[in-house]
Amino acid sequence: MATDTQLATWEVFMQSKPGANYTHQGSIHAADAKMALQNARDTYSRRSEGTSIWVVPTESIFASSPGDKEMLFDPASDKIYRLPTFYKIPDGAKNI
Amino acid sequence: MADQNNLFKYLLRLGDNALVLSHRLSEWCSRAPLIEEDLALTNFSLDMIGRAQALLKYAGEVEGKGRTEDDLAYKRAERQFYNHLVMELPNGDFAFTMARQLLVSAFECLLFEALSNSKDETIAAIAAKTLKEVKYHRAHAEDWVIRLGDGTEESYQRMQHAVNALWMYTGELFEADEVDAELIREGIAVDQNSLRPQWQEYIGQVLTEAKLQVPADGYMQTGSRKGIHTEHLGHILSEMQYLQRAYPDATW
Repeated sequence: MATDTQLATWEVFMQSKPGANYTHQGSIHAADAKMALQNARDTYSRRSEGTSIWVVPTESIFASSPGDKEMLFDPASDKIYRLPTFYKIPDGAKNI
Repeated sequence: MADQNNLFKYLLRLGDNALVLSHRLSEWCSRAPLIEEDLALTNFSLDMIGRAQALLKYAGEVEGKGRTEDDLAYKRAERQFYNHLVMELPNGDFAFTMARQLLVSAFECLLFEALSNSKDETIAAIAAKTLKEVKYHRAHAEDWVIRLGDGTEESYQRMQHAVNALWMYTGELFEADEVDAELIREGIAVDQNSLRPQWQEYIGQVLTEAKLQVPADGYMQTGSRKGIHTEHLGHILSEMQYLQRAYPDATW
């Protein structure tokens, strides 16, 4: 296997305006956090989209397996009382 | 009232510095060591082409002969360019490019901060916008100089070699001739020599942190204020101006 000469990968999250959620933009290569922030800025914010950037080493992100999808997500669909459409709004009620 | 010819020449100097270094950095496109660095260097290049455009456009207006920024960029000959020699030097290796960027951007941070108080409102406005860009260029170059200087034996050797090779081109940044003197008196230009102590202090700090030797001041190259260049500028212009020379006034 060829040696990876492209440094470790980092995940980039950017906030579009103060108070907004940080949204995943993609990943970049960098040797350290400072370089990761600069590379994230150059790769994802060239049109001044953001107010702030987070960078996280990719290895620090723990992902669930797609194979666990049913275990994790399916039970929610048989509990229809979790959905607002389960409830009938009584006549005359303005709020519920 | 400023002598318009002095102001014209001063604007060409500022504009040509940005134009020529922009072209050099654009040569890294698709050749940088990392794709992220490719984007960074071409971003810097775009910052500089924007600065060159604004300055040369204003130069054309000051001259009053109807020349546009494109006329000035693509239809002047080598001896009519006034960029500092350091801008036209070939990129060398990545260490050389980063060392030059540090030396130049550190100077430009001081220059444009001072010029943002220029009595010429257009220069002041361009300087204020440019200052944000050059601060980022300086930070980026500073990190790389420290990373490579205080890196492996090879990266240290390459960075020290780059700094040594570049040093004799730094004296020119702080020169002043009669054009500068006149505009300094009018509060339009900055006494570049007065920026030197701060520049030396900052560069000394960065090089020390990078475990690099600060070269001794020796012979300094000069000539750009008179339009005298190294052999490299002609080669840049032959590429940069090719289209306008081959197909004058081509549009599409």
